[in-house]
Amino acid sequence: MLLGAGPVIPNFGSGTSCEVNNGWFCTSWVRAHWGDTLQPALVQHVELSVLAVVIGLAIAFVLALVGFRWRLLDPPIGVFSDFLYTIPSLALFQLLVPLTGLSVLTVEIALVSYTLLILYRNLIEGLRAVPADVVEAARGSGFTRMQTFLRIELPLALPALLAGLRIATVSTISIATIAPIVIAKGLGNPIFIALKQNTFKTEIFAAGGLAVALALTADGLLVLAQRGLTPWTRRARA
Amino acid sequence: MPGQAAELVFDEATKQYEGREEAAVDRLSLTVPAGEICVLVGPSGGGKTTALKLVNRLISLTSGDIRIDGISILEQDVVELRRSIGYVIQQVGLFPHMTVEANIGTVPRLYGRSKSWIHARSQELLELVGLDPSYAKRYPAQLSGGERQRVGLARALAGNPPLMLMDEPFAAIDPIVRARLQDEFLRLHEEVRKTVVFVTHDIDEAIKVGDRIAILRPGGRLAQYDTPAAILDHPVDDFVAQFVGADRALKALALRTLVDVVLGPPADGPRIARTASVRDAVSKLIETRADSLAVTDDDGKIVGSVWLEKLV
Repeated sequence: MLLGAGPVIPNFGSGTSCEVNNGWFCTSWVRAHWGDTLQPALVQHVELSVLAVVIGLAIAFVLALVGFRWRLLDPPIGVFSDFLYTIPSLALFQLLVPLTGLSVLTVEIALVSYTLLILYRNLIEGLRAVPADVVEAARGSGFTRMQTFLRIELPLALPALLAGLRIATVSTISIATIAPIVIAKGLGNPIFIALKQNTFKTEIFAAGGLAVALALTADGLLVLAQRGLTPWTRRARA
Repeated sequence: MPGQAAELVFDEATKQYEGREEAAVDRLSLTVPAGEICVLVGPSGGGKTTALKLVNRLISLTSGDIRIDGISILEQDVVELRRSIGYVIQQVGLFPHMTVEANIGTVPRLYGRSKSWIHARSQELLELVGLDPSYAKRYPAQLSGGERQRVGLARALAGNPPLMLMDEPFAAIDPIVRARLQDEFLRLHEEVRKTVVFVTHDIDEAIKVGDRIAILRPGGRLAQYDTPAAILDHPVDDFVAQFVGADRALKALALRTLVDVVLGPPADGPRIARTASVRDAVSKLIETRADSLAVTDDDGKIVGSVWLEKLV
């Protein structure tokens, strides 16, 4: 598989002594190449990941509605998303190329596939965990089926859904680093280039570190969202 | 929103589940006059909860009819029907993600009432069920079992329904709090005068809260429907006699207070208030081994005396 052309290839011959000697981490290189290499890669990585999680959430939501409403369909949907999850990511990327080419679409199909299992399972388990007496009280109070779902079941499944969203987001950010075997985008791209450049350590650590920082930041933001959206879960009995 | 109290009529109401030989509720016919508390009681398998859920159509009738103020429940839109009936269940079923105020405002919100209206109504109802208005902002997880059931009661009352269905509302609550909730429920009923159908498996609770008691036997057939006093004095058959218990004569004593008794001349002895039940007076006689008791009025003045022959 070919690599896309990297933005700037580090030059061992003309950098600082740290860069020339391929030191463990050269801040000079990071400073010099933030704007042309790292920052664009970070932005692309966010775009790839957000798109995958949003699409994955939409698909998992529809599947969960179907699996929740028609219980018989839950096992096949579950097995299907299990199956997708078990395909090694490297293999899945390669398998899709003949179908969808060296495109963002290929990467997104693979990334979305890995979010489905976690999001589907968490959402459907969250919906099932809504206590029967709560649903009975809602129906007995004169909620329609749709009102019961939107006002009672879905909000009560939110903690489980958000927990799944955190896992899906972090794993998507991690898996997206191998996108460059298909397209030259994301934080994996500088890493792939550095591996080809006689394993240029600084670039690997910088891009890898950014991927870790991005995952932690995304997780932190989702924790904040969780607190804001589910205030009842924090107020246990005094 | 609906108003006052409604008359409820079961007319040969039957629920037969497919594949079962015995009916869950078998041709149940009884009339609950507007504003009265009817208790459905019986052993498990007697179909009392099924009978209750037939009324708000959480379970559908197989045959027969149920009418509220003369209108068949089958002729009404099921969602509208349920909104016009207060519903209280044993596990309360408060919505955990909503504050107490939002829980109480459930039905008014379905009717499109404004936030300020709901706020005022929930404050009023919290007071009515004996909770501090500051509870409005709490979540159900922050309440005790008894407090939750009070909120459940307030939620059921919020739409001002002419009919309330209560399915073992106090069964999961410890005995001391249960007795207090029963007392408060009766006081509250004096105030709001809704028609109430109340399911319990506890005959003592049935005697205490019911204006009338319907005893169901296994197979969902009505064994007897009458006032508590009539059922205790004249059980129609062995099943009813057995169900109300060998101590039914004592239970009957709990239904009368010393106000209902012709007192003897004032005399000294262990004191008992005139508002006490006859059962309590008998208990006091046994406990103190006295020949007679001195009956006192609200000010503690002795107004008469009672002894065993006077009481039974």
